[in-house]
Amino acid sequence: MSIPFGGYASPEQIMRDRAEYARKGIARGRSVVVMQYADGILFVAPNPSKALHKISEIYDRIGFAAVGRYNEFESLRLAGIRYADINGYTFNRSDVTGRGLANLYAQHLGMIFTESIKSFEVEIVVAEVGDAPEDDQIYRITFDGSVFDEQGMAVIGGQADAVGGRLKERYSEGLPLPQALDAALAALTEPGGERPPVTQIEVAVLDRGREHRKFLRLTGPRLEKLLEAAKEGQEGAQQPAEQAPVEQAQSEQDQAGQAPGATPPIAPEGDIDTGSGE
Amino acid sequence: MASQPAWMNSLFTYTGSSSFSEFLGVHAPNLLPARNESLAAPVGDEIPHATTIVAATCAGGVVMAGDRRATSGNIISQRDIEKVFRTDDYSCMGIAGTASTGLELARLYRVELEHYEKTEGRSLSTEGKAHRLATMIRGNLPMAMQGLVVVPLFAAYDPSHDTGRIFSYDVGGGPYEQKEFHSIGSGSIFARGSLKKLYRENSSPQDTVLACLHALYDAADDDSATGGPDVMRKIWPVVAVITADGFRRLPDDEVAEFVESMLERRMTAPEGPTAPLR
Repeated sequence: MSIPFGGYASPEQIMRDRAEYARKGIARGRSVVVMQYADGILFVAPNPSKALHKISEIYDRIGFAAVGRYNEFESLRLAGIRYADINGYTFNRSDVTGRGLANLYAQHLGMIFTESIKSFEVEIVVAEVGDAPEDDQIYRITFDGSVFDEQGMAVIGGQADAVGGRLKERYSEGLPLPQALDAALAALTEPGGERPPVTQIEVAVLDRGREHRKFLRLTGPRLEKLLEAAKEGQEGAQQPAEQAPVEQAQSEQDQAGQAPGATPPIAPEGDIDTGSGE
Repeated sequence: MASQPAWMNSLFTYTGSSSFSEFLGVHAPNLLPARNESLAAPVGDEIPHATTIVAATCAGGVVMAGDRRATSGNIISQRDIEKVFRTDDYSCMGIAGTASTGLELARLYRVELEHYEKTEGRSLSTEGKAHRLATMIRGNLPMAMQGLVVVPLFAAYDPSHDTGRIFSYDVGGGPYEQKEFHSIGSGSIFARGSLKKLYRENSSPQDTVLACLHALYDAADDDSATGGPDVMRKIWPVVAVITADGFRRLPDDEVAEFVESMLERRMTAPEGPTAPLR
């Protein structure tokens, strides 16, 4: 740990500065939404690039979403694929779990956060689709290695709080895919703003109905069709908005009750998983 | 941390190619099926061997079928072994020779293809897949010299040509691209002779499946190590069809129908259908 020349910085100060730095980097980009829908888990990310993905397949049942610096989360993604493939090959394909992968990332990010001069400016989601909706798992892992076991949905990057708030208003359990996509896009769009065009969004699902590998990227005509279905649903769904106040109150309550998970940590308070294991 | 496997340290730092087996070769060579060890005594005759695989192209794809027998010397060591494996959405491989090494090779090869696809975001070309398999077989050469010979047959649907393609190998690698049809294993001579008469260019997948089943029957007829359809136990050959729609292993009842129609014909003509002479 480097001590600035000619002065003293307390460990708290160093950690706080580092966290502040990472948080700024992460908030600079656009948000990514990961949420459950009726048949699995949906990933939506505004992304103008066709080649540089923010969403990826890790293994049969496991998907990955990330925000922040591309080179950093790309190295995490590749490591995750190696980890999953080597474990699946050594043991059995069913022995690769999202929990194991989330722990690997947590360890690595935690170690980098405490030991490197610069922490990773990334926030990632590891999602695993189960045989039934109750078995689905969504883990959110922050730059300092903290792991959050999210229920139903997770928003990372950009204005995560605002997007998360908007998503909560529209989210309910077991939404069909078009409605879920609509909810995600509505959450990602600022009130009064325009939704990103088809070419500017990256969409993928972990569909529990698929054989072998559950991950499927939705592109081209398939995505357009889905967006049209979502638009129709949006027009038809204006009426239920009257019920919204009750749900909204409920969701605000949920948000309040979930304080540690709702805001990304600004500075390390209390226990920190350093991940170094020593 | 001392007890963790060495490859754990390399997950995040490896900068080699997108090949999974190369990563294993560098960081976990003990996990690779090909090991350069000499055996105290040749065991080639004593451990189970897989026998006959046939493959033939059809209109818009390719068909692969394999019998279900494994033998060690004169003993039938397994009646319902599976020797045809899906390797990705558009390809499959069948194995002949040492069963254990073959199974391990098939498992590794599947991970190899997936690993490339996930890290690079695109599938390998059909030629790329065929070459990769050749290198992996060549790696097994020292073991092959000791009697642990494994030779696969690789079949794939090539999206860039919209056709099925077949590649064969020898113990030194390959690949040798085969036109129309090919077979491997102890009963391959008889199966190939049969296919030579029954194969029709551009026939439907259904007709090609039937031709392959006839070829396997002819192989079982003349080769003691190849198993015919087991009507009492309801053990049918494994049949895979790969077209633009992807890999599809025919379910047992569907294969049973084909086998029954074939057996019915053989009741009156035990040598099977005859090819027109003029």
